[in-house]
Amino acid sequence: MIVLAAVFNLNHPAHVVEWHFIQLSVANLIVIALMLVVFALAITLPFPGARDRAIARRTGGEPE
Amino acid sequence: MSTHQTPKPTWTGRVREAAVEALPPEKLLPDGQPTYVASWIYVFGVASIAALIVIIGSGVILSLKGPAWWHYTGIGHFFNSIHLWAVEMFFFAMVVHLWGKYWMAAWRGGRTRVWITGAVTFLVAVPTALTGYVSQQNFDAQWIATQAKDGLNSVGVGAFFNVTNFGQMYSYHVFLLPLAVVGLVAAHVLLVRRHGVVPPFELDRPALATGPPQAGRTPPAVPNGKPPPATPGVGS
Repeated sequence: MIVLAAVFNLNHPAHVVEWHFIQLSVANLIVIALMLVVFALAITLPFPGARDRAIARRTGGEPE
Repeated sequence: MSTHQTPKPTWTGRVREAAVEALPPEKLLPDGQPTYVASWIYVFGVASIAALIVIIGSGVILSLKGPAWWHYTGIGHFFNSIHLWAVEMFFFAMVVHLWGKYWMAAWRGGRTRVWITGAVTFLVAVPTALTGYVSQQNFDAQWIATQAKDGLNSVGVGAFFNVTNFGQMYSYHVFLLPLAVVGLVAAHVLLVRRHGVVPPFELDRPALATGPPQAGRTPPAVPNGKPPPATPGVGS
């Protein structure tokens, strides 16, 4: 059976970050950081077409 | 024959009338939403449901072939990976949606049950994923099961189930807990349809911008979360 190698070397125990009683793997920390970044983008980036629809709603016209 | 017939007092008739009253067709399948629904936060809610569909589909295939299938065939490994990464996407999208709805106070306007079904879905999804990890049939599953056993025993719930019992955990994972997750998601979506998407805070309302209420003055109106009329053109 052909086994493709992973992009990263996974043949070792997980890297862990410890702070007092909190112990998190680096992989989980990266996922949490990514969630925070995506959340920030989700609430700040305008939704495609939302502005046109809002203008159309105020003016009573059709959105472009 | 008259079209205004009095419904017969049957339980099916009563259930039908109650269902149509709670969710008339135009609410169940609306063709327009208010403009504020055009937000990325709702994309993540829909992405959670899409991921859940992939989880259920790949899970059905894995359960048909058995829990050890993915260890000795490439196609089994493929479907196991699809299942795992769909779960990762499910949690990722659900958490982003949950954070967004928390900061929007999405329980306003009589939407308490909408919020609770969403939050409880997250809580029930956690043991659903845990029972999947302990069903892997490998050393990782054994390690997770023994660690979980100690944690669960430390909070006094170890008498009700045994995470080192593979048969019990597999049953939980492929039937009981997914049933709960799917039921909660269905209830959540139907409640959103019934109550509508929560409108944004009205921060520009003068009464809210004047600070705390003063003596002899009417307290500021709190946004009641009632949605404005739907606007065609924003997909639901």
